[in-house]
Amino acid sequence: MPQRFTARALTPVLALIATLSTASAAETDITIGMQLEPPHLDPTSAAAGAIDNVVYSNIFEGLTRFMGDGSVVPGLAKSWDISDDGLSYTFHLQGDVRFHDGSAMDAADVKFSLDRARAEDSTNAQKALFTGIADVAVIDPLTVVLTLEAPNGNLLFNLAWGDAVIVASETIETIKSNPVGTGAFRFVKWVQGDRIDLVRNGDYWGTAPALEGATFKFISDPTAAFAAMMAEDIDAFQTFPAPENLPQFDADPRFKLLIGSTEGETILSTNNKMPPFDNKLVRQALAHAIDRQAIIDGAMFGYGTPIGSHFAPHNPAYIDLTGNSVYDPAKAKALLAEAGFADGFTTTLKLPPPSYARRGGEIIAAQLRAVGINAEISNLEWAQWLEQVFRGKDYGLTIVSHTEPMDIGIYARPEYYFQYDNPAFQDLMTRLTATADPDQRRAMLQEAQTVISTDYVNGYLFQLAATSVAKTGVQGMWLNAPTQAIDLTGISWAD
Amino acid sequence: MLRYSLKRLLSLGISLVVASLVIFAVIEVAPGDPARFMLGINAQPDTVAALRAELGLDVPKVQRYLAWVGGMLSGDFGISYTYRVPVGQMIADRMWVSLPLALMALTLSTVIALPVGLYAANRRGGRGDMAVMGLTQLGIAVPNFWFAMILVVIFAINLRWFSAGGFPGWDAGLLVGLKALTLPAVALALPQAAILSRVMRSALIDILSEDFMRTARAKGLTRQQALWRHGLRNALIPVLTIMGLQFSFLLAGAIIIEQVFFLPGLGRLVFQSISQRDLIVVESVVMLLVFAVIVVNFAVDLAYVAVDPRLRTQL
Repeated sequence: MPQRFTARALTPVLALIATLSTASAAETDITIGMQLEPPHLDPTSAAAGAIDNVVYSNIFEGLTRFMGDGSVVPGLAKSWDISDDGLSYTFHLQGDVRFHDGSAMDAADVKFSLDRARAEDSTNAQKALFTGIADVAVIDPLTVVLTLEAPNGNLLFNLAWGDAVIVASETIETIKSNPVGTGAFRFVKWVQGDRIDLVRNGDYWGTAPALEGATFKFISDPTAAFAAMMAEDIDAFQTFPAPENLPQFDADPRFKLLIGSTEGETILSTNNKMPPFDNKLVRQALAHAIDRQAIIDGAMFGYGTPIGSHFAPHNPAYIDLTGNSVYDPAKAKALLAEAGFADGFTTTLKLPPPSYARRGGEIIAAQLRAVGINAEISNLEWAQWLEQVFRGKDYGLTIVSHTEPMDIGIYARPEYYFQYDNPAFQDLMTRLTATADPDQRRAMLQEAQTVISTDYVNGYLFQLAATSVAKTGVQGMWLNAPTQAIDLTGISWAD
Repeated sequence: MLRYSLKRLLSLGISLVVASLVIFAVIEVAPGDPARFMLGINAQPDTVAALRAELGLDVPKVQRYLAWVGGMLSGDFGISYTYRVPVGQMIADRMWVSLPLALMALTLSTVIALPVGLYAANRRGGRGDMAVMGLTQLGIAVPNFWFAMILVVIFAINLRWFSAGGFPGWDAGLLVGLKALTLPAVALALPQAAILSRVMRSALIDILSEDFMRTARAKGLTRQQALWRHGLRNALIPVLTIMGLQFSFLLAGAIIIEQVFFLPGLGRLVFQSISQRDLIVVESVVMLLVFAVIVVNFAVDLAYVAVDPRLRTQL
């Protein structure tokens, strides 16, 4: 029986190949898929979340940092003292911290980084984080004093952002293509359009990470992302772009879903200066015409938490205000009639590319039609959206997820694209910034949530869910996204 | 021949100037500001202005156009707004994926199409011909991205012979690189092969009824010999035309295939740059593609003359 003999002879060879291929997939590296590729790798001069995904807490660190649960903990500053008047913060830096090029990180680097971010010609996308800083003074190599113009209860939180990381003056010229930070991972190489490789920093000052290396792979097409996961080319995918595929991953024992919360308040932004939306009754009617759960189910396949104001449900100061805008089409019609629009009206609904907007927009348009409002949908690219809606304020309604953490302050900017101008709210925000006491802050934040909820500034839809997929053995990935980041330092493989 | 070449060269130059004007105008007119795109919705107006100045976007359009064209003539494509690296270098990097992919697909489609066309023409009306006609009809009808997905499902997800996409880079080894380009090349090549074999077949069939073919048979050549020696060469003109068109298509039309296989090629670069309003990259890549198309057409025109000596005397 020669045939059987061949088969038997081949068995050990096949077994060897199988062993070799598993052995080569060493469980000390990880490949993580992302939909968007960063334009460059300087987190201090662009808003692109993809940059922070790669570099935040991996390559670059700030004085403070976010943890996966949203808390702010010491980073390069191991401790700090705050003066009694709240105007002066003395930061004590971690000793023996080195940049990846071997040079020491000290107080001069902190001064350089913060001065650069708040400079006249700064291109920091979140320059507002640094506006209240009057002076940054070096006391000794491990001590820095920040002097503020007015007390700022948000300072430690602001310094934890990716836009506030510490960079070195010596390597700033090439930061965009060759980032040199203090983090637990060093930048190795970037094959543009394909991937970025990082390797463990052997000289890291903090706890050494479990991973030896990591690769970020950029796959923009949702179908391709699905194929790459299924073929096990990648080990995890941050914010999987097609929610319709999630049940399939959930059912597959090779994978697990990581469902958490993001800082993205997804709202039906309303042009408050444009008639008829300058009438509060009309905005209130909009709020009652919308069935949030139908949008979450229809557009997000059930992932998302209903919100009744512009505030993240996982924040300790959150209060549930969805009761102010329960789904009630009859009430919406009555309100419209009271406002003088018994026959309804026509407006525009301009939708940016993400699926929450495109799919959610179709559902909202149908719901509005039911109460007599005819919302004409137009689909825009992001660049067009920024130009027409955000800068030009040429829109009636739009849907967008505001992903910056703790951004209720945008309602205090009358020139902001939804053009809400309420001096009482602006005053409340000014007082909030000047308050450091946690209890007082909480009360003020709750008041702020209530004001914009009962003023029906925008239609508050849902908190965007963080929907990532990983191989079953991957441990320690962030569930929630308190900031845009893929923190590799806590990730390991199960045995 | 020389005059012919010079005339073609002049029209090539005019085409390029017109193309550069149209490309610049169309792309600059599109709404959207690269600086604002990069800084997002929290940026302050003065920050956006600072970035616009840094990128040179506050310069008048005419001046930007002249700088762009002038730069290209000296081989300098400018600096990408978003990536902040020289556009020329970005294009060169991406070319190392797109060009081999297009060449692989072109070779594959030619290697498949010529024998298939020859076979079908030889058995015109027979069962083999019917089969070829049916299959090629299917090949033209099926969109290549769908075909690409089917290839991924079979060879990457089920059989695990190939990765689902991505490109490790040529420094990972020639074979590794070729392997990564195999599925995309097949997906690109098969629909093109279907078109090309039909063109080959009908060109040959036309030739078969020509007088010189009858003469060839009359002087004692078999049908096969006549086809090989006299038919094939004469059928090459329409085939060359189609191949010229196909090469441009493969280079530019790989945009979708590069998305499906997430390959870092020119198509994906254009796609990304358009959404990021990285205008200078879009303009330069489109210009380069136009240039490639025009040059390939020019080369095809010259190839006609090489294939068909009669054209030489007419010129």
